[in-house]
Amino acid sequence: MRAIPSELNGPASRGADAFRRPHWTPVAATAIALAVAALLALPLVSLARIAAIGDAEIWPHLAAYVIPNAAAQTVLLLGGVAIVTTAAGAGTAWLVTTFRFAGRGMLLLLLPLPLALPTYIAAYVYGDMLDAAGPVQSALRAAFGWQSAGDYWFPPVRSLPGAILIIGFVLYPYVYLAARAMFQTQCATFIDAARATGATPTRAMRDIALPLARPALAVGVALALLETLNDIGATEYLGVQTLTLSVFTTWLNRGSLPGAAQIALAMLAIVAALIAFEAYGRRHQRYQSVQDSRVTAPVALHGSRSLLALVACLVPVAFGFLIPTGFLLREAILRSLSGGIDPALLRHGLTTVTLAACATLVILLVGLAATLGRRLVPGRFVAAGVGIATLGYAIPGTVLALGLLGPLVAIDDAINWLSLYFTGASVGLVVAGSSAALIIAYSVRFLAIAIGFMQAGLARIPREFDEVARACGAGPTKLVGDIHLPLLRPALWGAALLVFVDCLKELPMTLLLRPLNTETLSTYIYQFASRGNFEDGALAALLIVAVGLLPVARMVHLAEGRPAARTRPAK
Amino acid sequence: MFAAAKTFARAFVTLGAVAAAGSAFAQSGEVNVYTYRETKLVQPLFDAFTKDTGIKVNIISASSGLEQRIKSEGERSPADVLLTVDIGRLEDAVRAGITQPIVSPALDKVIGAQYSDPEGHWVGISLRARVVYASKERVKQDSITYEELADPKWKGKICIRSGQHIYNNALIAAFIAKHGEAKAEEWLRGLKANLAQKPSGGDRETARDVAAGKCDLGIGNTYYWALMATSDAQKPWADATKVILPTFAGGGTHVNVSGVVLAKYAPNKANAMTLIEWLAGEKAQHIYADVNYEYPLRAGVAVNAIIAGYGTLKPDTLALSKVAAAKKAAAALVDKVGFDN
Repeated sequence: MRAIPSELNGPASRGADAFRRPHWTPVAATAIALAVAALLALPLVSLARIAAIGDAEIWPHLAAYVIPNAAAQTVLLLGGVAIVTTAAGAGTAWLVTTFRFAGRGMLLLLLPLPLALPTYIAAYVYGDMLDAAGPVQSALRAAFGWQSAGDYWFPPVRSLPGAILIIGFVLYPYVYLAARAMFQTQCATFIDAARATGATPTRAMRDIALPLARPALAVGVALALLETLNDIGATEYLGVQTLTLSVFTTWLNRGSLPGAAQIALAMLAIVAALIAFEAYGRRHQRYQSVQDSRVTAPVALHGSRSLLALVACLVPVAFGFLIPTGFLLREAILRSLSGGIDPALLRHGLTTVTLAACATLVILLVGLAATLGRRLVPGRFVAAGVGIATLGYAIPGTVLALGLLGPLVAIDDAINWLSLYFTGASVGLVVAGSSAALIIAYSVRFLAIAIGFMQAGLARIPREFDEVARACGAGPTKLVGDIHLPLLRPALWGAALLVFVDCLKELPMTLLLRPLNTETLSTYIYQFASRGNFEDGALAALLIVAVGLLPVARMVHLAEGRPAARTRPAK
Repeated sequence: MFAAAKTFARAFVTLGAVAAAGSAFAQSGEVNVYTYRETKLVQPLFDAFTKDTGIKVNIISASSGLEQRIKSEGERSPADVLLTVDIGRLEDAVRAGITQPIVSPALDKVIGAQYSDPEGHWVGISLRARVVYASKERVKQDSITYEELADPKWKGKICIRSGQHIYNNALIAAFIAKHGEAKAEEWLRGLKANLAQKPSGGDRETARDVAAGKCDLGIGNTYYWALMATSDAQKPWADATKVILPTFAGGGTHVNVSGVVLAKYAPNKANAMTLIEWLAGEKAQHIYADVNYEYPLRAGVAVNAIIAGYGTLKPDTLALSKVAAAKKAAAALVDKVGFDN
């Protein structure tokens, strides 16, 4: 059994006629979706305008010397990260869902934590630890009596394989969270049925859980890959010549902003095509199931098998979280003891949290309006609007920020025109020159995460529920308030967590768009990193991790807090 | 939904308040600085400036795109000055049309013509040199030319960061400006063939790799080495290496300039001029020398003792505008020889 054919779910296709009465809902949903799409299309239009200025003479050069290598490196990097995040994310999610073993409770809390670590910080940490002058190679030299790094071979950490492993182990939680939620709720009935007919846990995983979890895995892997594609700090440091890096060098060194915008838009087109292709691949499959409030009962493991499961789960946690944060903790303590703590850190921390919280709230509300609009009004119009809204995530942050500069100032021009007309006074750059610019930028960038999670969550609520509610006379407001929202809670928390933590970590857009005298923890760390002293920012990096821990713990508590289901001993 | 809408409305009111607070810049007694130099680095300067003049300094620091930001903001831009590093970036700012001439006879007296724009659109404040970090143990010679870095005797012995990094881009551009593209290509291919590893990391990693024996020579900026020498944790790397000031054959050492432009629509122009003149003053130039480990541009201000220990800097006399003009060609050359691949 690969997936549930739509017939099993009854007359879902009739959902389109569910609201035949004239009602405000379709109008409102369409309006919201279009407004969101318009907001998100602004930077794209602005980028397209820059690209349209054209710079034809640079393309023969790019095609001959830049794009082939950059494309190959990018494909290899993304392929590698996809493998590492899927293996680590889906693998650990399967282990902690299917089995009960020593340390599992602790792992449930630890597994999502690498989320809170900015990728480039992880790259710097591993660069420091594993390069020729680092503690690992120094210890090896001491142990074997080698004189210098030229006397032996050691795998270079600043390399493509290094980048794949470092980025993969930091980004796997995107896949883990998506897979865990899916394994936990959707598959319970089917896995139990499979087990009852004698299938091994591994077979149940391969034949049932994985295919069923495909939409969730697709969302998780896509997010991890888009995050990789957006990265500039880690890949540049590790010496991987990605397409994203070529966007920057084309802009800053080859002196062609139009050429850079053209590369960025071409990348965006490819990403959009890949996402559409994946969705097309499962167009005939419907992934609703009868909502099962019961979680799959984990099978208890004992002895060496229990230990093996623990070690397997600890590997990604160790590489993605424990080792880098341990390193940062050591550096932070050493520096605080010798140099004291920068009192401004508290202020920067508050700024960061406030910005991230405001943005998360805006993103959740907009995302909810767009997703529910799409559910209630299944027209192509709304779906297309929602589709456009998610493209922001596929553009590198700095490029998106450049694309936003024009639209933000245009909004200010309009505000100033109104202000001059009514009050005779100009108000200045109230949007482009304030935190509002950052909130808008974060929204444009991270709305895709919220929409992805909410759509996956909504897809699990059978359309029959809508029909039944409708038959019982419930209007859209009641349907959404009493049925969709309560059932969406886990997805909402997941989305809120990811968006919040992503906003905490966001660097490139914050650097370019923040108002005067404003530092976030990320920009604070960056100034040390760009001077070759990232360890001086260790405490700030730990603060990001610490702030990120709270929502992670909250979400884990919500998701895992159900009464423990019955367990059975392994056969 | 209605509850959600209410929360949404409330969030927007909050946003409005944040926005209003954000727009309260452009008052007397302040100057707004957009900078590519890190906040931590320029803060000691601005603290001293505020103490001297009573003018408050507001800062935005970023790594790229500030010219575009100022240009987009247009006439309402709060930017008064843009602090930047690299001659290419200074000239980019001028080309973007976001500058106005800095007219100050006082500045002309203390900053040489080599380090300011003939039209006055930018003024240099400090210098840094692109030098060689050499292993004390394995490299006996104490002088070297940039040309010699392509000599096969260094095969597998040189470490460097990406050829597209702005510091290397300027060095390669200077080579093109001095020797022409054909010679530069041959040199860059030779240098590439001498690399011990693929270009990656930063100047600090380069020094670390030389110290650990991964390579014998590294190419980096002057102040990184001084920062290492003064840091407890990084001192061992500085101790294992020495700085050689390379020269072009028959020329001097490649230097790049950090400088300042006056924004076209500077709302606090008088304060901005006060700041620019102050940055070229004795106090600021001492801070550049002793806190940032750069070469001060004001005649008569001594370099820091660590930097002086490298030897006497003899900057190459090639006009910086020629380096800026060759930057695109340098980027193209790095692509062509696959330097970073």
